[in-house]
Amino acid sequence: MTDFFMGLGMSYEWAWFVATVSGILLIAFPLMLAVALIIYVDRKVWAAINLRRGPNVVGPFGILQSFADGLKVFLQETIIPSAANKGIFLLAPIVTFTVALAAWAVVPFGPEAVLADINVGLLYILAISSLSVYGVVMSGWASNSKYPFFSAMRASAQMISYEVSIGFILVCVVLWAGTFNLNEIVLAQKGHGLGFINGYFFNILLFPMWVVFFISSLAETQRVPFDLTEAESELVAGYQTEYSSMSFALFWLGEYANILLMCTLNAILFFGGWLPPVDWEPLYAVPGIVWLLVKIFFFFFMFSWVMATVPRYRYDQLMRLGWKVFLPMSLIFIFVISGYLMATGHFA
Amino acid sequence: MIQTLAFYLFAVLTIGSGAITILARNPVHSVLWLILAFFNAAGLMVLVGAEFIAMLLVIVYVGAVAVLFLFVVMMLDIDFAELRAGFVKNFPLGMLVAVVLLAEIILGVGAYRAGALQLGTPDGTASAAVGLSNIEALGALLYSRYLFLFEAAGIILLVAMIGAIVLTLRHRPGVRGQNVARQVYRRAEDATINTRPEVGAGIKL
Repeated sequence: MTDFFMGLGMSYEWAWFVATVSGILLIAFPLMLAVALIIYVDRKVWAAINLRRGPNVVGPFGILQSFADGLKVFLQETIIPSAANKGIFLLAPIVTFTVALAAWAVVPFGPEAVLADINVGLLYILAISSLSVYGVVMSGWASNSKYPFFSAMRASAQMISYEVSIGFILVCVVLWAGTFNLNEIVLAQKGHGLGFINGYFFNILLFPMWVVFFISSLAETQRVPFDLTEAESELVAGYQTEYSSMSFALFWLGEYANILLMCTLNAILFFGGWLPPVDWEPLYAVPGIVWLLVKIFFFFFMFSWVMATVPRYRYDQLMRLGWKVFLPMSLIFIFVISGYLMATGHFA
Repeated sequence: MIQTLAFYLFAVLTIGSGAITILARNPVHSVLWLILAFFNAAGLMVLVGAEFIAMLLVIVYVGAVAVLFLFVVMMLDIDFAELRAGFVKNFPLGMLVAVVLLAEIILGVGAYRAGALQLGTPDGTASAAVGLSNIEALGALLYSRYLFLFEAAGIILLVAMIGAIVLTLRHRPGVRGQNVARQVYRRAEDATINTRPEVGAGIKL
C-alpha cells in the first residue's frame, strides 16, 4: 500500500504514514460494522434454536436492530456513580475496546493483506489478548460496588487459568509450522491433510488440540458456559453493572470484537486461514479474504450454538477443567507432538 | 528520526510511570502505573530489536504477574496513617536500598562508558545474531550452551511451586467434592428402579 501512495507523488515517509493510517481504518471500520451485524446474527441464531423469532422489527428481517440499539445507547446519559473511582471507571471501557481492536493488526486477511507482518505475530496476539482482562478488573474495582468486584475477581482467575493452556496449544501449532508469523502458519497448512486438505485440524495429533483451543477460546472471551463474570443470576450484570450509555456500549463492542478475534484465530491456526478448504487449483480463484470470512462466520455460528445449548459452569468446575484437564492434556500433547516431529525428522 | 522519537517517548513514560508508581497514594493506582511502566519497557525492547523479549515481557509481567498483583492489592484494606507511621521507622532501611540502587546506576553508567556491552542502539540498528530470527537465536543458545542453567532454572521454579502448594495445602474432612468420572459413568439403571408395589405394601429402598 505504501507503493500505491508513493505512486501518487508522496515522499516515502508520508506514503508510509498515510498507508498505515488507512490500513488501520480499513480494518477498524469494517470490524465495527461486522460487530454490529454479528450481534444481530448471534441473537437470530439464539432465537432460532429457542424457537423464537428474534429481532425482526427494525429494517428488513430486523437487520438494523444493532444500529438502533447503538443509537439508543448513544443518546442516553452517562451515569458515573458518586463513590466510583472516576478516572479508572472511565478508563476501563476504553482499555477493553482498544485492546480488542489492537490485536487485529497482525491478522492476515490474505497473502498480502496484513497490516503488520511481524515475526512474532502469534506472541503479539497472545500478549494483547492477555490484556483484555484489565478492562474487566479495572471496571470491577473502580465501580466500588459488590457485584462488579466479584466479577473482577472471577475474571482475573479465569483468564489466567485458560491462557496457560492456550499458550501450550499455540506451542503445538508453532512446533508444526516452525514459525510465529501468522501468514507463514497459514501457508504451512497448505495440503497438510492427505496432501489436499488445507488445515491442521485434519491431523490426529492436532485435532484434540483444536477442540481444547475452541473450548478455551469460549472461556477466554467469557462466552456462555464460562460467562461467570456476567452471570446475571448471581452478579446482576457483573462488571458492567454500574455502566450506562457509551461506556457500556464500548464494553459490548469490545467483547464481540474479541469473540470475532478468537473465531479468526481458530480459522487461522487450525483451518487454514485464507486458504480454501481443499488444495484444488480453481478454488484459489476466490479471493482469500472470502474463505477467511466464511470460516470466521462458521466459528461464530458454533459460538452462538454453544450459547443456546449449554448451561453455565459452576466456578469450581471451571477451575477444574482449566487446571486439571486442559493443562495436563496440552502439556502431554506438546511432548507427543515434539516427539513425533523429532522421530519423523520434521525439524531436519 | 522516528526511532529516536519513539525511544524518548518510551523512556520518559517508563521513568515517569515508575516514579508515579511509588508516589501514588492509592495502591491500585500504583499497580496500574507499574503496568504502564512494564508496557513502555516492552516498547524499548522492541526498539533494540528484541521483539521476542518484548512480547514475553507483556505476556508474563503484564498479562499474568501484574494481574495477580492487582488481584491481591484490590482486596487490601490499607490504613494510610499506619503506612506513614512506618515511614520513619523504616527510613534507615530505605536509605540502604537507595544507596545500593544508586551504586548500581553508577556501575551501569560506568559499564556503558566502557563500551564492552553491545546490545543495540536506540535508532533500531541492533547487533542481532546474523541470519537468525530472535527466537531462533535465543533457542540456539538456551538449548545448547546454557542448557544446564536453563534446566536448573526450571527445577528451581518447580521446587518453589511445590513448596507453595505444600505450604498452603489443607486437608479438610467432610468436604463434598464432585467426582466427574463417577457422574459420567453413572447410568440410569444404577440410579432408578422400576417396581409395581402392591397397594399399601410400599417398597424397600
